[in-house]
Amino acid sequence: MMEWNVDTNEKEMGMATAVSNNKLLEVTDLGVTFKTDEGLVRAVDGISFTAHKGKTLGIVGESGSGKSVTAQSIMRLLPNSAMIDEDSSIAFYRDSGPIEITSLDNRSQKMRELRGGDIAMIFQEPMSSFSPVYTIGNQIMEAILQHRNVSKQEAREIAIDMLDKVGIANPAVRVDQYPFELSGGMRQRAMIAVALSTRPSLLIADEPTTALDVTIQAQILELMRGLKDEFDMSIIFITHDLGVIAQVAQEIVVMYLGKAMERGTAKDVLGNPQHPYTVSLLGAIPKLGTLGGRLTPVGGDIPSPLQRPSGCPFHTRCKQKIEGVCDVDPPGITRVSDTHTVYCYLYE
Amino acid sequence: MSDQKLIEVENLKVYFPIHGKGLFRREIGAVKAVDGLSFYINKGETLGLVGESGSGKTTVGRALLRALDPTEGQVTFYLDDGQTVDVTALKGKDLRNFRRYMQLIFQDPRSSLNPRMTVRDIIAEPLVANKLEKGKAVDEKVRETAALCKLNLEHLRRFPHAFSGGQRQRVGIARALVSNPKFIVCDESVSALDVSIQAEILNLLMELQEELGVTYLFIAHDLSVVAHISDRVAVMYVGQLVELAATEELFFSPKHPYTEALLSAIPEVDPDLAMKPVILRGEIPNPANPPPGCRFHTRCPYAEDICKTDQPVWQEIEPEHFVACHFADTLQLKGVVADTAAENGRNT
Amino acid sequence: MSTINPVLDKETEEAQRYYSASQWQLVWWRFKKHRVALLGGLVLLFMFLSGLFAEFIGPYGGSTRNIEYLLGPPQIPRFWDENGFSLRPFVYGVTTERDPETLALIPITDTNVRNYIFFFIEGEPYKLLGIIESNIHLFGVQEGFVHLFGTDSLGQDLFSRVLIGTRTSLSIGVLGVLISFFLALFIGGVAGYAGGWLDYGIQRFTEIIRVIPIIPLYMGLAAAFPRDWSSTQVYFAMTLIIGLVGWPTLARRIRGQLLTLRNEDYVMAARLSGASPYRIISLHMLPAFMSYIVVDLVISFPYVILAETALSFIGLGLRPPSISWGVLLQDAQNIRAIEQAPWLFIPAAFVVVAVLAFTILGDGVRDAADPYSVH
Repeated sequence: MMEWNVDTNEKEMGMATAVSNNKLLEVTDLGVTFKTDEGLVRAVDGISFTAHKGKTLGIVGESGSGKSVTAQSIMRLLPNSAMIDEDSSIAFYRDSGPIEITSLDNRSQKMRELRGGDIAMIFQEPMSSFSPVYTIGNQIMEAILQHRNVSKQEAREIAIDMLDKVGIANPAVRVDQYPFELSGGMRQRAMIAVALSTRPSLLIADEPTTALDVTIQAQILELMRGLKDEFDMSIIFITHDLGVIAQVAQEIVVMYLGKAMERGTAKDVLGNPQHPYTVSLLGAIPKLGTLGGRLTPVGGDIPSPLQRPSGCPFHTRCKQKIEGVCDVDPPGITRVSDTHTVYCYLYE
Repeated sequence: MSDQKLIEVENLKVYFPIHGKGLFRREIGAVKAVDGLSFYINKGETLGLVGESGSGKTTVGRALLRALDPTEGQVTFYLDDGQTVDVTALKGKDLRNFRRYMQLIFQDPRSSLNPRMTVRDIIAEPLVANKLEKGKAVDEKVRETAALCKLNLEHLRRFPHAFSGGQRQRVGIARALVSNPKFIVCDESVSALDVSIQAEILNLLMELQEELGVTYLFIAHDLSVVAHISDRVAVMYVGQLVELAATEELFFSPKHPYTEALLSAIPEVDPDLAMKPVILRGEIPNPANPPPGCRFHTRCPYAEDICKTDQPVWQEIEPEHFVACHFADTLQLKGVVADTAAENGRNT
Repeated sequence: MSTINPVLDKETEEAQRYYSASQWQLVWWRFKKHRVALLGGLVLLFMFLSGLFAEFIGPYGGSTRNIEYLLGPPQIPRFWDENGFSLRPFVYGVTTERDPETLALIPITDTNVRNYIFFFIEGEPYKLLGIIESNIHLFGVQEGFVHLFGTDSLGQDLFSRVLIGTRTSLSIGVLGVLISFFLALFIGGVAGYAGGWLDYGIQRFTEIIRVIPIIPLYMGLAAAFPRDWSSTQVYFAMTLIIGLVGWPTLARRIRGQLLTLRNEDYVMAARLSGASPYRIISLHMLPAFMSYIVVDLVISFPYVILAETALSFIGLGLRPPSISWGVLLQDAQNIRAIEQAPWLFIPAAFVVVAVLAFTILGDGVRDAADPYSVH
């Protein structure tokens, strides 16, 4: 694996160690297969990336790209029908030393400590992650009591403080309200409060603003930006929206049918895209600054995950496809610059 | 596009009664989903209608199509033969016969196609139901329309479950077009599609307009998409229009603070262009209980006392630029920055 | 056509078939995967057929008495015994002796007499399906008699009676379900489609019917039958009662489904296409609705069958000489029966198997009924 963050090339040893000190989560060769009635579905097909301390890593992809499955693998929230490859590695770097998440038992004490403790997650639909029969405060307190050694009274105070931090007015009143009494934006804030109440070092946000209106989305993005610095945490931000990813992420992974097509800093990927998929995706979205004109569609349809194309998964829609090459073997990962890699034959 | 009006809407109101819980379920109030809208749509143009959830934009579309009955107001159609028809006054068979002139393209390409009918039958339905064509002519018209929408004619005998989201949306478009309508409401018609598919459908809609001269009311929450396809754009907030103008005019020099806030909240794909959203306080008011005065005053950064008591008048502040704000003349609002570099790039 | 789905380009014949499969084909394909439900369906089919051809399959008439074999235990067909092997199955002959104390006739199995079983043998005349006159039975013996399930206290062949009882009970089930179904379709349909005040009124009325306790209601209605009614009259009255009591639950379901369907996007699309209300209901709503209705029907069968059995068992439903599962079980009401003639419980096994089979089948049909749910 030639990965810029796991490179052992001597020349770059200095830089590599500097970077590795900042590593928080390192995913290597993650592969996930689902058993379904219709056959095996390869949802994630060997992807690698690293989340660095204090940074936001954006994972962007369309439906079927495997971006949510990736998040669920890190949290070990996959359904029973899913299998993680034997040689996959998800290393989480705690202050006390690295932990290999894939080798932990799903129900072990350590995994429960990590899940909701060191690593917290927020979802697209806050309503489904709240229990309707407990108050917001109750649910925040439960998370706190499970992961932090505090009394009930202290936990309640922390809960009120958290609600205040996520910008909910009147936190002392809201703490005793039920989820249905809050609006969509409020619920999303409350869910962030639950997630952050255990002071996680990594927050995984899976399409957290997709169901929200733009003005509310702007509020939530602003909030997350502020909280990231205040709590000194890293964020893995998963979305299909290139605009949102451009605003929040320092590093970006572009996923398509379970493969990381392109990786790099936000500037690399959005400003200097290399992979034909990234290029055509950027050409397909309307931009505000330039009104009118025609978009350049990507063309074709996203193949069904049951019928994954051979070789590079994008070759069925790629305008620069090399016949007899792209559709036969999967390409290798090529480095464009120190921070930028691409999964494509064009650059080999 | 001509400046001839196709549809004129006057004082459109749609109220949904709220019933009490008692035995007689007395009416105890109303959700004022649409509360006094006046605007027109020109022949062959696309009018974009944007707004956040609860703004009533979907209700406007449905009321124009008489999918639901307006509480008050007039919707006048100017047909090519000089005939004018008040759609709100049509009943029973007259209404059914008039439906051929106005159609809807739905948001969800899955639920809007009857899974138990072949694609051919789905597309043919408006023809057969209205007895517009008979026998072979139906087939010919269906094939012609399907070809126009770039559907594979060999797949017409198939059922919707054989098609991907993008293709289903083409079927939905073909159904809307088959009766040669003058007016089509696109209600979030690309929102459910993946980014790479969305561009194709947008292009298709634009091509069809050029070829057939149909008029669109394009309802969406995604401002970039609306900006891309629309000639003029109307902005709704809690059941009322706040601003309506030509697209460039509205995006580059908005006159209503809500428009400004909406525009500033759009995340741009360029990571160098950091979003500086006008963060709106609070949430969208409940249309069952809208605030007095200007409905936006609870969140408006420029609100003054008069806004809390007096409803602003819907006025033409500049030719073809309508706005409802007490301070439309004096406020200096920021719009979207025109991207001249990209404009030049596109031209070369 | 440059925009054709690339996946579809490489399609197999199977995929082709799948893409142009209609609703019922998809339902069938999904149902086929449900092995247990398929088994339940086969069991029921077998039961219906054996009920339909009861007179042919059973060697005797339902009320033919064999006074030489009162309360006789089941006779098991054998192929061999200590006297050797025989390709043709046989049952032992039976002689009767009078008990010296009670003077009752006691059947005694004589293992030296073999009564061979012949197939398609001539026997009692009957009318197949009530029309075709015949005297050919599936099996029988030329000498002596054969009672596979034994006999009751009157010496009637339980095997033949169970088959006839199967027909009665299942047909009451079918008729009862159909009556409640049509009532429910009409009442629920009006409520669901009209909505508003009519819906509100019908809903309250349905609730009133639903809260009446069922057993006393059955009892009251059944007690109202004149004693001198013929068995046919009682039979039809029973189905009517069962139908009349069964509709509210079904009506609610139908109303609920219509309300859901009415709000489906594609129904709205049909309305906006200018389709008439009749066209919308018959072409767009009914087909979607049918699969759910089939499920509801299958699921409500066991209740109806149990209702008939229970009523007849406590003597409020059918009465002898009618033959149904409930009537047959009347004979097994007391401890004496359990002690002396446990084979009188055989009809209960049929009830259990039928109800289970319906339930399992209902499960399978429910899973398969909406083939569009997981796409």
